[in-house]
Amino acid sequence: MIQGSERAIEVEGLTQQFKKGPLAVDGIDLQVEPGEIYGFLGPNGAGKSTTVLMLTTLLPPTGGIARVGGFDIATEGGRVRSVIGAALQEAALDAHLTAREHMRLQTALQGVPKPERRSRGDELIERVGLADAADRKVGGYSGGMKRRLDLALALVHGPQILFLDEPTTGLDPQSRSSLWQEVERLADDEGMTVFLTTQYLEEADRLADRVGIIDRGIIVAEGTPTSLKAEIGEPSVAATAADPADRDRLVAVLSRFGAASADGNGGGKAWVRLVPGSGGLVAIVRALDSEGLAVADLQLHEPTLDDVFLDKTGRKLEGSGEPASEEHEAVPAGVA
Amino acid sequence: MSGQLDSVYEVARRSFLRSIRQPAAFVPAIIFPLFLLAVNSAGLDAATDIPGFPTDSYVSFALAIPFIQGATFSLLNTGTDLATDIETGFLNRMAMTPLGGPSLLSGMLGGAMAVAVVQTVFYIAVGFVVGADFEAGLIGVPLLFALSLTICFAFSCIGTFTALRVGSSEAMQSMFPVFFVFLFFSSMAMPRNLIEQDWFRLVATINPLSYLIEGIRSFYVTGIDGEALALAFGISAVLIAVFLSLAAVSLRTTLVRT
Repeated sequence: MIQGSERAIEVEGLTQQFKKGPLAVDGIDLQVEPGEIYGFLGPNGAGKSTTVLMLTTLLPPTGGIARVGGFDIATEGGRVRSVIGAALQEAALDAHLTAREHMRLQTALQGVPKPERRSRGDELIERVGLADAADRKVGGYSGGMKRRLDLALALVHGPQILFLDEPTTGLDPQSRSSLWQEVERLADDEGMTVFLTTQYLEEADRLADRVGIIDRGIIVAEGTPTSLKAEIGEPSVAATAADPADRDRLVAVLSRFGAASADGNGGGKAWVRLVPGSGGLVAIVRALDSEGLAVADLQLHEPTLDDVFLDKTGRKLEGSGEPASEEHEAVPAGVA
Repeated sequence: MSGQLDSVYEVARRSFLRSIRQPAAFVPAIIFPLFLLAVNSAGLDAATDIPGFPTDSYVSFALAIPFIQGATFSLLNTGTDLATDIETGFLNRMAMTPLGGPSLLSGMLGGAMAVAVVQTVFYIAVGFVVGADFEAGLIGVPLLFALSLTICFAFSCIGTFTALRVGSSEAMQSMFPVFFVFLFFSSMAMPRNLIEQDWFRLVATINPLSYLIEGIRSFYVTGIDGEALALAFGISAVLIAVFLSLAAVSLRTTLVRT
């Protein structure tokens, strides 16, 4: 049971300063409620994995305090480990063992009573859809199968809190979707708290009840995906002039609808964050038409978590790799 | 307590399974020393004519070498497996369980010892098959078995410590020639008192490997030799004490869990 505090994870001023290195994690504060899926979103090198290593007791913090499951990560490491499960960034598996042998080892090491080990292992293997491959050596598994086995191994002792460090990185869409379903099931059906790091916007948006956005060791934004996007406000419009020489004219037209800016790369691209009541995409199309300005591409862009990141850091989220196709309302080229 | 013992058994079982499922690492560890034995025996058989050479059978003299080479492979395989666990994060997985550091070390070394049992039985059997002398008699067989396992254990401790320090399976593999240099500068091919070069004799005399080889060799050549066995067991015990302690300290550093 989660002790003392009602929160599953409570972090105050958590810091990690590596020797001769920058502050990897710079005094972050966060709270995660029991049963919540908390998405920790950020680019490579932002401090996500370092935070997970500290919260899972594998890396002593150099500053701050954190309680996981009610236990202090610095002084009650053993108790913290007893209430958490973790699937870290790389699936930590032995290529020479089968899934069933991994389960046998993990259930023994986690102290699952001997008579229950086999059934517990089989149940988890079945749940993650590896029953048919249970007696095959893991070296022949696909990336998705390894991830699923990694997740199952993290669950053998029935943890209250699950840490998943970029669990879907490198997975194909089908494997990713199946892993998402299992994470949702764990939170919804078993009330498990999930702390999930990711660099995928779509993953955070789909899974997380709340999202913390971390950049360069600092949490720059936190809230539900909906509230974070609402902070950004109105949609933006991106347009590409058919003739790059018309870029300044394009910016001038777009400026009528909000603060517009141009692509600094010398192309014909420009965008504008719409101000409320400015008329939206239709008004822009009319304005471009009346100016006789031809555009090669025009897109309405609903706010995404990437916009939140851009708004807070001035940079796009690196490596997000997610085509937010549902959120674009594309206008065919050459409308004006 | 029984839970920890159970865990030690499971870690050892995994370590053994992993070893025997890597034929490319396991089979050469057993076969390669026998090739060297065959080559050395054929090429150096005339050495038995040197006055003072302790036996007229070079095979009997050289049979100690496979035991030590086998132990060297134990060192490399144990170290490489552990370094791989560090690289893949498997050690972190185990660190997140209630398993204690000493239990983890015991399990890993237990698996290495299971492989060492297979190696030792094989080399003893080969000795009998090729008709080597065995001057120690029946009582010598379990003693030889015990000494071989003690040496393998000592070498596995060295491998474990080294892996925890370097943390890389590639670095571990690259140490293969280093350990063989120690072997070549020992009394492997010639009794120390018959080595002509003064500097070589001096190096072989201060090389602890010479005494391990001579301990094993005594079973085949001279019978139960109290001094040779005391030195071999003693040096192995010192190696175990030193490197097991160092490995335990290094493990604590590597497993920086709170």
